Amino acid sequence: MIFTIEVNNKQIKAKTGETILSALRRNGIDVPTLCYLPELDATGACRICVVEVEGKPQLVTSCSQPVEEWMKIFTHSPRVIQARKTLIELLLANHPDDCLYCPCNGRCELQHLAGELNVRERRFPNKKSPARLDQTCSALVWDPAKCILCGRCVRSCDEIIGVSILDLIRRGEKISIGTTFEKPLNLSNCITCGQCIQACPTAALREKEAFAGVQEILHKPSIFPVVQYSPVISVSLAEEFGIKPGKDLQGILNSVLRKIGFKKVFDITFAADVLVLELADTLLKRIALGEKLPLISSCCPGWVKYAEQYLPGNLDLLAPLKSPQQIMGKLIKRYYADMQGITPEDIVVTSVMPCTAKKFEAQREEMSLQGTAEVDTVITTRELAKLIRLNGIDINQLDEEMTDSPFASRSTAGKLFGVSGGIVEALIRTLHFRLTMKEIANPKITKIRGFKEKKEVYINIEGKEYGFAAVSTVKALPSLLDEIQSGKKNIQFIEVMACPGGCINGGGQPIQGNGETSQLRAKAIYDIDDKESIKASHKNPAVFDLYQKLLQEPGSPMSSALFTAVFNKRTVLL
Amino acid sequence: MIRQYGDILDKFLLSEILISQPSSFNREETGILDRLTRRQVDKPVIYLGSGSCGRIAGSLKTGEAIREYLEFSGIEADITEVGCIGLCSMEPLMDVQLPGKTRISFCKVGPEKVTDILDAVFNRSILQEHLLGQYPQPGQEPWSNVVNVSDLRFFKNQVRISLGKMGIIDPENIDEYIASGGYRTFLKTIFTYRPEQVCDIIEESGLRGRGGGGFPAARKWKTALTTAADQKYLICNADESDPGAFIGRALLEGDPHHILEGIALAAYASGASKAFIIIRHEYSLAISRIRKAIEQAKEAGLLGQNIHGSGVNLSIVLKISPGAFVCGEETALISSLEGKRGMPRFKPPFPAVEGYLGKPTVVNNLETLALVPSILEKGPAWFRSIGTTQSPGTKIFALTGKTVNMGLVEVPMNTTFRDIVFFTAEGIRENKPFKAIQLGGPSGNCLDYNHLDLQIDFETLKEAHLGLGSGGLVVMDDSSCMLNLAKFYLEFLKKESCGKCIPCREGTKRMAEILENITRRPVNEKGHETLERFKGVMQLENLAEVIRDTSLCGLGKNAPNPVLSSLSQFREEYEEHIFDRKCRAGVCTHLRIYYIDIEKCTGCTACARKCPAAAIIGTPTHPHFIVEEKCTGCGICQETCKFVAIYIK
Repeated sequence: MIFTIEVNNKQIKAKTGETILSALRRNGIDVPTLCYLPELDATGACRICVVEVEGKPQLVTSCSQPVEEWMKIFTHSPRVIQARKTLIELLLANHPDDCLYCPCNGRCELQHLAGELNVRERRFPNKKSPARLDQTCSALVWDPAKCILCGRCVRSCDEIIGVSILDLIRRGEKISIGTTFEKPLNLSNCITCGQCIQACPTAALREKEAFAGVQEILHKPSIFPVVQYSPVISVSLAEEFGIKPGKDLQGILNSVLRKIGFKKVFDITFAADVLVLELADTLLKRIALGEKLPLISSCCPGWVKYAEQYLPGNLDLLAPLKSPQQIMGKLIKRYYADMQGITPEDIVVTSVMPCTAKKFEAQREEMSLQGTAEVDTVITTRELAKLIRLNGIDINQLDEEMTDSPFASRSTAGKLFGVSGGIVEALIRTLHFRLTMKEIANPKITKIRGFKEKKEVYINIEGKEYGFAAVSTVKALPSLLDEIQSGKKNIQFIEVMACPGGCINGGGQPIQGNGETSQLRAKAIYDIDDKESIKASHKNPAVFDLYQKLLQEPGSPMSSALFTAVFNKRTVLL
Repeated sequence: MIRQYGDILDKFLLSEILISQPSSFNREETGILDRLTRRQVDKPVIYLGSGSCGRIAGSLKTGEAIREYLEFSGIEADITEVGCIGLCSMEPLMDVQLPGKTRISFCKVGPEKVTDILDAVFNRSILQEHLLGQYPQPGQEPWSNVVNVSDLRFFKNQVRISLGKMGIIDPENIDEYIASGGYRTFLKTIFTYRPEQVCDIIEESGLRGRGGGGFPAARKWKTALTTAADQKYLICNADESDPGAFIGRALLEGDPHHILEGIALAAYASGASKAFIIIRHEYSLAISRIRKAIEQAKEAGLLGQNIHGSGVNLSIVLKISPGAFVCGEETALISSLEGKRGMPRFKPPFPAVEGYLGKPTVVNNLETLALVPSILEKGPAWFRSIGTTQSPGTKIFALTGKTVNMGLVEVPMNTTFRDIVFFTAEGIRENKPFKAIQLGGPSGNCLDYNHLDLQIDFETLKEAHLGLGSGGLVVMDDSSCMLNLAKFYLEFLKKESCGKCIPCREGTKRMAEILENITRRPVNEKGHETLERFKGVMQLENLAEVIRDTSLCGLGKNAPNPVLSSLSQFREEYEEHIFDRKCRAGVCTHLRIYYIDIEKCTGCTACARKCPAAAIIGTPTHPHFIVEEKCTGCGICQETCKFVAIYIK
């Protein structure tokens, strides 16, 4: 039912069952929020969104209060503004005063609100609760001093990802956010997906920054700096520079990376194509040999860590293959180095990823050979933007360039790795060809697209039905696995991505303004798929070349030697 | 355990309820019922007050002494441990009932007094020194020249509905409870009324929640009853956790079956087939008694499936809470019961619609539930005849502090504070002047002299911006510092805040800090600290307003009360602390500046040797001197000095 309420002496329309905040926002009335995120359950913790409702003795939080027909609301009365300002001042009294040195400077919600509410002096003395910086994790930094206890990370980890490693602990003035038994992050069951960073309004949770180190090595003569980037960087980097989300910057990305000082620029999409071929081979062999199914993708390091912690009995289901990032690194350090006559130790591979878990993956023990890491440094999309700014480059002034040979071409199937369902789509295209030696008539598999947690598609190839599922965030996985293992569902392959919607929403991506951004990023990738002609991994000429020159065929001893990954049970406090 | 008189008690319970049950009792049966209720006894019975208050006062030792006495003197007598009658300051209480005589009560009975008192009683005489009074009983010969307990000032103004059987009956014996009329109301209700009728009766009685809010009890029940769900719950909130409150504990220790009956009735009325009693883990005696009571009630068929063939199911589960102040708030209580962090959530949805595990859940304070059986037994009109029109019935207070009598009092809602403090509690000890009442625990308010004539009903208090809170009533004389009191409660609140919402978490911390600054020693204060102190004072009221206006739950909303109410009632005292840097009660040690009168000081060095801060200097036999910068104001020197040479400036 739609009815009228009065807000700031004006009539606006509201719907039965919605909150005051939702009615206000739809009508273009802005009420500041802090603990509220549209995709999470409201908790009413921060009280910043309070409004005055005539007849109510107390101010009410607009994020949680259902709107009612009789309501007469004031969103910016002196009483409300005074309350909001005092709340921010109270937060600031327990917050370090180091905005100028803070990684979050300029995009901090607390800073923004303090500005908006005209906080100009310190009303309460600054006596901070003791806080210990946790830098133990290879991907994330947890800085409780900057935490304002909004609980967004807690809810994001629980409601969005389904891992729930964080919670509020202790009470009263000693409250903080922490892991089980307050273990440091490296000993916790954190899967390093970084969605908590996306949720954090301040710099309390952030990636472990590595771009400054990258900047340093770029100018060392003894080093041959090489960069590789994930399929989704080109469609999300633009946001960091104020360009509207969803613009593809592929060519400009190549030139900007060269401008920064990387000697060679590679696109990990190439490695994704290689992986698709290997995956198809592994899947077909498993089906043929009647081995354990379903095969589950192992490209997402967050998911892999989750499986190692929570599903140790099912680790043999994971495709024993490295992720595209590591495959690319391996190819650079083994194949490319040989080809160019460069010592692998002299090459420093920097990976630009939309992901924080990739930082964790790069330092896994099995991802190096005799002390030489396949990938030396991983930086996130956000860090790349910082690196570009640090080097004073105006991306609007650059011409488009190509990636470097011998990995210079890519298929759009590899590009699809950036969205949830993309691996399935790429795999189906190649599987079809492997089984029939014909290209699939309609390569667009729309059933597996979109932002749902769990998607399934069944494809009939030459009379045999193959089932595929794509899961994003790990919430839906255990039940799906149960259904398959109990025989209720005939699914041979599951793609798992830890982040909602896949890598386009990775923890290392530009912080999103709203849910629309991820739609636009996905659309950009699908547009590329529509536009370009090489739509399947096996049709990538450079991949064909690589197999001819080095790998021979998918699943060959050479490719197993290079690309095999090992997964081990991890004992952590759950 | 096989219930010896199970059949007779079942017959007694169901008589007049089920037509199929004959309701006449033969002489033998009547005798058994009389013995169970101790209307008459065959051999002497000694009752020992054994609530927590009694035990703290040493009743266990008294009990041992009684047993030794009986063994030594060869007298055959029963010893029954009973709960607290409410007069906690007089514990240990020992009552004696001789065959044919009324029950006589003695107070402050230490183990060393047992022999004297019992010797006298068994010889039909009385040791006046420890005499409290007697409980008249028809057909029993009263002691001459002994006052009736109910005529004592402490009891005279009380209307004991919930406390009625406390300290009288054996809390661990369901037979005694049934024989004295217990559980009959419950059975009668479930056989005669539909749940909605019970709600109507309670609504008519005007019963309001005694947890502090004063919300009509029946309204919650009706909401839960009319909300469609496959399972509904009732929660009895006995998670009493504020300093100065012990009503729930005493009720559970003294008359657990009465509480169970209240819960059973409320559960029936709200359509709940499962009830929880949430009790804090420190209440070990109460836990063991209520646990025993639940077992006994199950055995007697008063809990479980299809109770006495009525088709009504009810199970009661005891949950031990780790004890957090915030869990007194119903939504926090529910989340802690669900195994989650005890944090309040916003309302609506209200628990009666969406509560424990998402099902309709009624959360009632134990004290509210304790009133229910009597209302159904005696009717809403009877209940309405007590108290005021808007707030009928009685309210229990946990009376502590500087009064002569302390303990639990149950008074009609139209009683004034003056009646409680100066009549029931018999005024202030040592005839010191009355200063204030702290009402309702940490989130309660301070009352001064001008509030004494206020009636304790919800409306009057609301008008005066006060709240009953948990029912804690701490009476203070002039040796209490109101600032120190506010500081104490704020320290408590800042630790007990769940930490969820900013105003409560950060605000209480800052308020406590401001008070801390006010009471800080001025001597060594640095410039910026002085500035902070003054700034803080200026923020105090505004900060309190914002906390009150924006907090999520009752804890936060009421957190500024200790400061705001003491500030409005005792502003002068605040100003003295702030401007004169003085504490008139001498409680704030940091504000005490000591000096030594050189005329009187003999230079004995005793004070210098005792001073923990090494702030006293001087040579032996010469007058000493206190270095202000070092002195912490602890006052040990003053206590040490034999020559009364040390003064506060």
